[in-house]
Amino acid sequence: MKTLSTAWKHMRRSPYQSLAAVMIMMLTFLVISIFTLLIVSSSQIISYFESSPKVTAFFKEDTKQESIDALASQLKSSGKVSEVTFVSKSEAFKRYSNWNKDNPVLLDLVNADVLPASLEISTHKIEDLDSVAKVLHGSSDVSDVVFLKDVVSTLITWTDAVRKIGLALVVILLIVSVFVMATIIGFKISQRREEIEIMRLLSATNWYIRWPFLLEGMFYGVMGAFFGWLFMFGLTLYAKPFLLGFMRDIPLITLSPAFLFLLLLVEIILAILLGIVASFTAVLRYLK
Amino acid sequence: MIRLADVSKTYGTGSAALSNISFDIDKGEFVFLMGPSGSGKTTLLRLMIKDMDASTGSIIVNNTDVTNLSKSKIPQLRKLIGVVFQDLKMLMDRTIYENIALPLEMAGASKEETSARIQAILKQVGIEDHADKYPIQLSGGELQRAAIARALVFSPEILLADEPTGNLDNTTSWEIVKLLQDINKHGTTVVMATHNMEVIDSLKKRTIALEKGKLMHDSKKSEGHHAHAKNNLAKPEEAPLSEEAEVKGEKDENS
Repeated sequence: MKTLSTAWKHMRRSPYQSLAAVMIMMLTFLVISIFTLLIVSSSQIISYFESSPKVTAFFKEDTKQESIDALASQLKSSGKVSEVTFVSKSEAFKRYSNWNKDNPVLLDLVNADVLPASLEISTHKIEDLDSVAKVLHGSSDVSDVVFLKDVVSTLITWTDAVRKIGLALVVILLIVSVFVMATIIGFKISQRREEIEIMRLLSATNWYIRWPFLLEGMFYGVMGAFFGWLFMFGLTLYAKPFLLGFMRDIPLITLSPAFLFLLLLVEIILAILLGIVASFTAVLRYLK
Repeated sequence: MIRLADVSKTYGTGSAALSNISFDIDKGEFVFLMGPSGSGKTTLLRLMIKDMDASTGSIIVNNTDVTNLSKSKIPQLRKLIGVVFQDLKMLMDRTIYENIALPLEMAGASKEETSARIQAILKQVGIEDHADKYPIQLSGGELQRAAIARALVFSPEILLADEPTGNLDNTTSWEIVKLLQDINKHGTTVVMATHNMEVIDSLKKRTIALEKGKLMHDSKKSEGHHAHAKNNLAKPEEAPLSEEAEVKGEKDENS
């Protein structure tokens, strides 16, 4: 308890240094939070597409139901297809109405006749999408084929780049924040050199002197992690309605409170470790 | 209780602060460590609490070999020895209560234990009304008493007092000396470094005289030599020291 109050006194007496330490940690954890969300979300989007390889074929206005059924049977018989779902005009309108239920203007512009009927074809493997798409293109009844393989491979390339840049940025920021904190704590130790010397002469053990500085480092870490996370939490709350509308039925775990609180917990543990590393570096350097 | 055998201290620059000092101090003794400024009194006291290491020789304090004591055991040694430092070493941003409580906090004493002990010790040294004041609000004598209180907080068997009357007027000096005598009467071994001849002559206690880092005499061993040593010591300071001269002397010793 006394150690805590001593640590608090150290921080209160040089508030600008303490603020600088918290802010550098906050910046580091804001970047960690943002890149974690980006990487986890994009991985989820990719695995969503990969787990349900899908091609959608839209039919021309006058296509007969028999032709559509014949095409579905042909695809099923190939053995590559896991599921074929027919989406009628009315079913398409129902989906559209559901997606845009909060936007009456969009609903007024469209009715069931405007939307084409379609077949949603899922394959067992993502590689089979090509051959299925070829069959669909060959049909005279099909007006358009939407094929997500290119989208997925672009997404994989981007995610990979985000992961590499994020990792590099986080490592650099972690190193910088540890050094900045170690310098700030080292400076504080230097300021209290006389007091420390008196404590030693009065029988203080090394750990009695070290603990308040270690706690100080941990405090900076935890405060920085919390405020960095809080900033990111605010951003997700702000962007959530837009993201949910944009992602439609792709479930995003990164927007769930459980995931965000787990992230906070992991970040606080990391922050405590960083605080210990930084303050121990300072203590070993300045308190021999 | 305290045994020094052939203790020498040479600084990195090659200057010798102490040369072949040997003496024993028994439990319950009151000993004056006397000598002019720069004679090595403070160095000797610092060696006893391992604030610095002896170059050669051995120091035994309360059966503890101080010369070979590991760093981790130094705090234990310092709990056994109360020290009143020449410059007092009070923390100016803490109250007298907090200054005296510091060693108890380090030892993990509870709030109640600390409070009870501090009340008792402040009463013993006669500054019970100044607990909540800051060092800057106290007079020289009161501050000296506060430093003695802090040194006594663990009820140490040994009390080292480095020039405790150095900056005080005569009346206050005598009050401090009487306080140290009282502490000694309760069984604490007291070693008081001083160059105040008036105090030394009046108390008729054992004196160990140093000059230029050498032991000039120990009254326990040779009464005859005592007078010679005292004369030598008194020469440069026959007239009472002016305040300016005392301050200069301290600076010399500290440098």
